[in-house]
Amino acid sequence: MEAVLSGQFKESAWLDVEDISVAYDGQPILCDVTFQVAHGARVAVVGPNGSGKSTLFKALVGLLPLLKGRVRIHGLPLGHHQDCVAYVPQREEVDWRFPVTVADVVMMGRFGRLGWLRRPTKEDGAVVTRCLEQMGIADLAHRPIGELSGGQQQRAFLARAMAQQPHVLLLDEPFTGVDIATQESILELLDQLQAQQVTMLISTHDLNLAATRFDRILLLKRRVMAYGTSAQVFTHQVLAETFGGQVLILPDGTTALDRCISEETGAKLRC
Amino acid sequence: MLTWLTQPLTYAFMQRGLLAAVMVGVLCAVIGCYVVLRSMAFIGDAMAHAILPGVAVAYLLKGNLLVGALVAAILVALSIGFFSRQGHVKEDTAIGIMFAAALSLGVLLISTIRTYAVDLTHILFGNVLGVGASDLWLTAGLTLGVLATIALLYKEFLVISFDPVLAATLRLPAELLRNLMLILLALTIVVSLQTVGVGLVASMLVTPGATAYLLTRRLSSMMLLSAAIGAFSSVSGLYLSFYTNVASGAAMVLTATTIFILAFLLAPRKGMLWRLVRGRHDSAAICPPDGQPADGRPAGKGK
Repeated sequence: MEAVLSGQFKESAWLDVEDISVAYDGQPILCDVTFQVAHGARVAVVGPNGSGKSTLFKALVGLLPLLKGRVRIHGLPLGHHQDCVAYVPQREEVDWRFPVTVADVVMMGRFGRLGWLRRPTKEDGAVVTRCLEQMGIADLAHRPIGELSGGQQQRAFLARAMAQQPHVLLLDEPFTGVDIATQESILELLDQLQAQQVTMLISTHDLNLAATRFDRILLLKRRVMAYGTSAQVFTHQVLAETFGGQVLILPDGTTALDRCISEETGAKLRC
Repeated sequence: MLTWLTQPLTYAFMQRGLLAAVMVGVLCAVIGCYVVLRSMAFIGDAMAHAILPGVAVAYLLKGNLLVGALVAAILVALSIGFFSRQGHVKEDTAIGIMFAAALSLGVLLISTIRTYAVDLTHILFGNVLGVGASDLWLTAGLTLGVLATIALLYKEFLVISFDPVLAATLRLPAELLRNLMLILLALTIVVSLQTVGVGLVASMLVTPGATAYLLTRRLSSMMLLSAAIGAFSSVSGLYLSFYTNVASGAAMVLTATTIFILAFLLAPRKGMLWRLVRGRHDSAAICPPDGQPADGRPAGKGK
């Protein structure tokens, strides 16, 4: 495992998001977002549905253009280091019937480093094998991707993100819709990656998980509502402001989210 | 038996025809894998028909018919991209509009030509036995060029076809690659005119790829098997045509179709027969008598 995580992994990222606004389908979703993430920090991105968590991730990998502001990684603007950011979307929009095996999918994580016209080497193959082993799906390597269960597919795409050997890892709701075993192995993976100082942004609905297993919490609701440690962010006032009637705070400090209540919709935002 | 195979090859036109048929069979089958996987069958058919006005114009200007065909095919492919990219018109609608317009323009132009009969029927239905030596060189050059491009850009075409989001995060020029693929498809169609003609080229593109899809689980093996099926269909179609005196293009297409139907029925895992047997096996395994869990195969998703 050390071999996979050595080298490029050691150089973790300093992520500087400065006053960005992002639109989706002509509608501004995120406004004036500013925050910095230190080298190798693990940040939970929390907020109600439609608060712009996925939009933030898509903007960070360049899938959505910035209306204003800038994003710098290692002090350089986006696009200068194409393979140092890995992104695992909430739901993969891939062609599930495409004839690729799990190993083929993970190998795609190496393509950014390979560049044009170069074929994968034995070394790339070794990285793929180790990433599959770490995610516990080495036995599925030669199965078509479409035959896997939801949790197995999630593991395959996490393995691909690791094969990219990113400095910044963006995971969009990796804990939603997976079984406990997969959740545990994802958390284990995060611990290992953190030991290698990979900078991580992970969106989640689980406030307790965010409070206990992350260094920093970014509370989003189309703007940055709060950013800091769980003690700084999870105050009654901030939670009530962000989630409105959806959040229930028990006397012992436990918080519960009611995700059945829909958020105020149609609230048009101007940047 | 051996003389049955070698006897046609004593004719020079059969040798040239066979070479051209094999090259076209392989080329169509390989790029056909992307046509099948990226649902480009309709655009391929549209490009084939759109060739007609290009050929007519080239004929009127006494230019090279193949060059005219190529220019027309590329123009139509790019204009379909242009109309659908704005987002107001869906791609298949744009294809339908351009396809009919180009075909009409072709018919209009041809109706002004008096002596079109011989050359233009060859464009419509192909004439593999009329392939000349210079045609053969052109076919060989274009076939090699297209196949080399597909091999060199294997990774990139794979990613833009399978996972557009990863393609974007890797900052691949997806639009450029998509247009390049359309140009490769246009080249393939023009090369195929000699053997199967405008009417049947869609089948040569789609059928071997669809057959190989049923039998393989990786893109690279799908392409190899598809190429083998394409070459086999071309050769056997040509022999069928030689001995029974039927149209060669149609014989090639029907051979490929027969192989597809066999694969559809008998393919392991994806074939109909397999599914029937498997379905019976699975329903028996749901409640095994000894209470052991079923065979542990995870439920397929997205199937």
